[in-house]
Amino acid sequence: MSARRSLLDSIGATGTAIFLGAVGIAIFLSIWTIASHSLDSAVLLPPPLTVLQTYGGLIADGSLAQDVRASIVRVFGGFLIASSTAVPLALLLAYSRILRGLVMPLIALIRPIPPIAWIPLAILWMGLGDPPSYFITAIAAFFPIFLNAFAGGASLQDEHVNAARSLGATPFALLKTVMLPSALPMIVTGLRIGLGQAWMAVVTAELVAAQSGLGYMIQISRLNLETARVLVGMTVIGLLGAVMIGLIGVFERRVIVPWHYPR
Amino acid sequence: MSGRERQARTDLGRIEAEHVSIRLGYGAEAFEAVQDVSFAIEPGELVCLIGPSGCGKSTLLGALAGHIATSAGKLHVDGAPVAGPHPDRGIVFQHHTLFPWKSARDNVAFGPKMRGIGKVERRRQADEILELVGLADFAGRYPKQLSGGMQQRVEIARVLVNKPRLLLMDEPFGALDALTRIKMQELLLDIWTRVRTTVVFVTHDIDEALFLADRIIVMSPRPGRILEVIRVPFARPRATEIVATPEFGQLKRHCLELLHVRSDSAPLTRLSPLGFDTGQGG
Ligand SMILES: Nc1ncnc2c1ncn2[C@@H]1O[C@H](COP(=O)(O)OP(=O)(O)OP(=O)(O)O)[C@@H](O)[C@H]1O
Ligand SMILES: [Mg+2]
Repeated sequence: MSARRSLLDSIGATGTAIFLGAVGIAIFLSIWTIASHSLDSAVLLPPPLTVLQTYGGLIADGSLAQDVRASIVRVFGGFLIASSTAVPLALLLAYSRILRGLVMPLIALIRPIPPIAWIPLAILWMGLGDPPSYFITAIAAFFPIFLNAFAGGASLQDEHVNAARSLGATPFALLKTVMLPSALPMIVTGLRIGLGQAWMAVVTAELVAAQSGLGYMIQISRLNLETARVLVGMTVIGLLGAVMIGLIGVFERRVIVPWHYPR
Repeated sequence: MSGRERQARTDLGRIEAEHVSIRLGYGAEAFEAVQDVSFAIEPGELVCLIGPSGCGKSTLLGALAGHIATSAGKLHVDGAPVAGPHPDRGIVFQHHTLFPWKSARDNVAFGPKMRGIGKVERRRQADEILELVGLADFAGRYPKQLSGGMQQRVEIARVLVNKPRLLLMDEPFGALDALTRIKMQELLLDIWTRVRTTVVFVTHDIDEALFLADRIIVMSPRPGRILEVIRVPFARPRATEIVATPEFGQLKRHCLELLHVRSDSAPLTRLSPLGFDTGQGG
């Protein structure tokens, strides 16, 4: 007991986190291995080692990279569409009472519709291929970005506005130098959630409406009963999603709103 | 600062209020927060505004800043009616209004930036004023990294950098502990003797008003009217020891009587005719 504690102490906080995380994953992989051996079926649950070998094959023939690229392009396409519309709209609505009254009820009605329910319309309007996936990822990312940016814009304090006006700020300067930065922490939170949502939605869209990408790859592999490939697709999605969201977090602390996290 | 320079600056910053009333709220909710107020403040004078909570001190100050419109009467600064906010009439609030996303230096440089002054020059101006308030070493810090008293000093610097004719202060030291508050009062007087500008200073604290002011305007409960204007005779520069003099005690008692508070009862900040007295004293 005391020996273990001194081991954790000696590697520091970051080391401890990495060590514990690795142990957790190792335990998970052992359970997986045992389970797959007792099931003894490559279709129901192939062991991690087989999945790893499948990784090797898919990386070697370049098909994994292709699918990853297709999905990432769609995620960022939809994410860009969503953020470039949601942020200005949200700030405008936070600023204008009339616009808010006009648009908010509409948003409240559309928001509960899950992205997947838009797929039939998207296919009808745009056919199969890339466009419906952009549309679906954009829908998925839009609402978290919009709602957070709106909350950020609405939380602008009267005192900040009055102070800025007394210091000589024009209305435009007010929007740019006071409203935008004061909403920024919440906007970034929205972007982070929106990116996660877009990443989940792209797989959904590709399962149904696309002919490439990780979702498509999972779907085809399922039809071919190549469960190891399905697991490759799933784990890649998990890994890449975690990395992206982590990167946004770093970007947020270092570049976008460092004042929010003083050292 | 030489006598002649002071002379030149003190020409500006005259306030004239004649029969000023201010209505707040809309429709049936509307009421008169300030009623038929008349006073004049000379350039370079330091005047404190005291009165019970909710009597319209902040409202009157907001009208001087140009954030709130008057509904009747004439409110002039240097002969021109107040129409909207202007950097000539700087205002400092009790609660921190520094932009948290800007460093102390860039907060202070905000006014010059709005006037289109280049980055190098406005930062130089900011550093100069930060030096004046004793924060030269903290220019690069974000507001969150500064203590309450330091933040208030940055607020003052941010207003002073615009060389305002009026320095309007709404309970600027109300949230500070007693010691820091006294230091800030001394600092304010020190700055005010070097940068002569008209100061209108709202406070709950009679001691603070007597220590700082040339004159004290005492207001009645809502709707705010002027009960009395008291001249404070203490010679300057003032030291905190004046608090112990009999004259000080006499004036304080007089203020307390005006505000319907006996001097042996609870502190003024706790007493409110409107009942806003729950635990927000100080
Ligand atoms: N925007 C507003 N709309 C309606 N009523 C308001 C508004 N702002 C303030 N009031 C009311 O107007 C009256 C005067 O308010 P004001 O803030 O000027 O008082 P004050 O003297 O500064 O009080 P305190 O000492 O507590 O700061 C108060 O009764 C307050 O409740
Ligand atoms: Mg007030």
